Amino acid sequence: MDFSNTEEQQMLQESVQKFVYKSYDFDTRNKIIATEKGFSDENWELFAELGWLTVPFQEEDGGFGGSAVDLVVMMEEFGKAMLVEPFVATTVLAGGLISEQGSAQQKAELLPKIMEGKLQLACAYAEPGSRFNLANIKTSAVADGDNIVLNGSKTAVLNGSNAEVLLVVARESGAATDTTGVSVFMVDATSAGVSIQAFANVDGKKSAEITLKDVSVSATARLGEAGSALSALTAVVDRATLAVSAEAVGAMEAMLHKTVEYSKTRKQFGTAIGTFQALQHRMADMFIECQLARSIVIMAAMKLDGGEDATEKSKSVSAAKSRIGKAINKVGQEAIQIHGGIAMTEELDVGHLFKLVTAAEIMFGNTDYHTERFASL
Amino acid sequence: MNADFTAEELQFEQEVREFLQNDFPAEYREKVDAGIRLSKEELVHWQKILYKKGWAASNWPAEYGGTGWTATQKHIFATEMGLIGAPEPVPFGMKMVAPVIMAYGSDEQKQRFLPDILESNVWWCQGYSEPNAGSDLASLKTSAVRDGDEYVVNGSKTWNTYGQYADWIFCLVRTDNSVKKQEGISFLLIDMKTPGITLKPIVLLDGHAEVNEVFFDDVRVPANNLIGEENKGWTYAKVLLTHERTNISGVPRGKRRLAALKRLAKNTDDGFGGTMLDNASFRTKLAEVEIELQALEYSELRTLAALSVGNAPGPESSILKIVGTELAQEMDEMFVDLAGYHCLPFVPEQFEDGFQGEAIGPGNSAAAALTYFNNRKLSIFGGSNEIQRNIISKAVLGL
Repeated sequence: MDFSNTEEQQMLQESVQKFVYKSYDFDTRNKIIATEKGFSDENWELFAELGWLTVPFQEEDGGFGGSAVDLVVMMEEFGKAMLVEPFVATTVLAGGLISEQGSAQQKAELLPKIMEGKLQLACAYAEPGSRFNLANIKTSAVADGDNIVLNGSKTAVLNGSNAEVLLVVARESGAATDTTGVSVFMVDATSAGVSIQAFANVDGKKSAEITLKDVSVSATARLGEAGSALSALTAVVDRATLAVSAEAVGAMEAMLHKTVEYSKTRKQFGTAIGTFQALQHRMADMFIECQLARSIVIMAAMKLDGGEDATEKSKSVSAAKSRIGKAINKVGQEAIQIHGGIAMTEELDVGHLFKLVTAAEIMFGNTDYHTERFASL
Repeated sequence: MNADFTAEELQFEQEVREFLQNDFPAEYREKVDAGIRLSKEELVHWQKILYKKGWAASNWPAEYGGTGWTATQKHIFATEMGLIGAPEPVPFGMKMVAPVIMAYGSDEQKQRFLPDILESNVWWCQGYSEPNAGSDLASLKTSAVRDGDEYVVNGSKTWNTYGQYADWIFCLVRTDNSVKKQEGISFLLIDMKTPGITLKPIVLLDGHAEVNEVFFDDVRVPANNLIGEENKGWTYAKVLLTHERTNISGVPRGKRRLAALKRLAKNTDDGFGGTMLDNASFRTKLAEVEIELQALEYSELRTLAALSVGNAPGPESSILKIVGTELAQEMDEMFVDLAGYHCLPFVPEQFEDGFQGEAIGPGNSAAAALTYFNNRKLSIFGGSNEIQRNIISKAVLGL
């Protein structure tokens, strides 16, 4: 048994840490968020050069290996620095979906472009009434000669306003929550009938609401076979769920660290507040939460990399998401409370970490959803 | 033992209810329900409606134009206001500085300041917190040095709500450095138009500049703006801070929000063909919150019963502050829970009055996370919940 990082993982971790130290301090991040695009092209090119964009992909696709543990190592560092570049949206979600569901030709055409940093993608799966149920797809895909016509609304499309190609999850047959009949279509973001409402999320990442009105695409724009996409989508969203869980673990560690340091310097009643036992115990509890969160995320990553069946894998991801959700509330709220008023301001990074983990708690299903999913699997 | 109101009190309750139904403007009610902030003009307009009715100052004695109500009447009024969502008066004038002026101000100060507070002609803001004096308020540093008929004030204050709209600020200032920190503080009233005062808005996590830092740079204040005696300000401030804690349990507002949560749950898809009102874990949370609200309500009524037989509000009010704020924060989390993905967009401007753009997300779901962030302040301000627990440990448990 060995829980230490491999040499490669260590190098990956150091590579992210070095980049963050040199080029991603809090002020720089704020400036990036304030731009219309909401992320830095220059950074994205650098990520490609450093090989980071290959991490989620299999060796046979030209990737780094696609290990979930590697992904976790990276995402934790991203979380500490609150990176807003669309790594999860383009590589893990959209890239993952092409890798899982695409034909050999589609993969050969798109995956190299993603890994080279030359293509921005978004995956439009969630809908206004679907909540967290991936099978709940009302967006319709209807054949019209050699074309397919798409109609529907998509919500919470990460990177939706910067993507050149949207991967639209749509229903070709069956009722709204059927597990069959769901396909994925590649849609040029500039196609007629696509309207995109862009905004930043509370964690600073760009997102969009998208409506599709009689959007016509060629049948060759379908990823893989008709009506067969749900299991691939589930596996990919599980992986993305693990990624944001790891991101949250990194952000929670950063909050714990900052809270402890602040408590050593902030004086009230003539003494550092860190000397108050009531606060010491609460920070000890924050530490326990961070450790349990990290443990369960590592567990889920190992299961994804191991030989378990798809259900076991999903179940371990839900276990991780459920447990980190509990940690998020505790660690996030205590970090704010122990800092006091100063953490309520936009000027201090702690509040932004709090907003990041709040978004992470919701992304891909909140705590209650994953607890129920764990019980039902 | 009984928790019944008398016949007169019930009649009063009916009168308040009817008045609010008829006279609290429907458009304000809609805004409050939609999570949109009321403007200063709207808040003043509503205060003037209350003033016309004679109900502007529920906490003032009749001799100053207040209602002169009993503790129970005040409770009934606050409850009905909370249930309908009518805003309480901005507290800094009516509930904070006014009681201090009444108790310790000169007759000249009473005549000069109280009528305009009552009529909402003049808005006040607070100047007690400082960047390094939060929970430990008495360690404040802003200084006032006597120079002939004036004080010269230097320093800064923070967490100043509505300073951008206020005409006057009441300040705790240090007038003696040579004595124990509580004994060198004075209570000074300052016109916000005085040269040397600058404001810097502080943007909070919800994207709204709700509070300010206020800087004083050689601000000259007439000495007759001093309340009471020099260096006695801490005694006066304690009166003010006791008033800060009244109605803090927020039970009526909690009931209104619980009803809103139930309505919203009924209209929120669970993603599997049902609604969130059918969702077992959400139902459990709703029930738990409702039960906690009942326990809190009866704790408040017990405090009220003690008050109405003439006992002073005791340290038990700390219970109401702690439980009330933590319960409100729990409901914030439930709104986030219901909104799901729809609370992720960070578009604070769409909840400002007069927003013209295209709203994002259904209803006001995108306000849920903003409110969750903003309301983390509840357990920090007004004497943080840690300070409240210290009060209980020391004053109640004798530890």
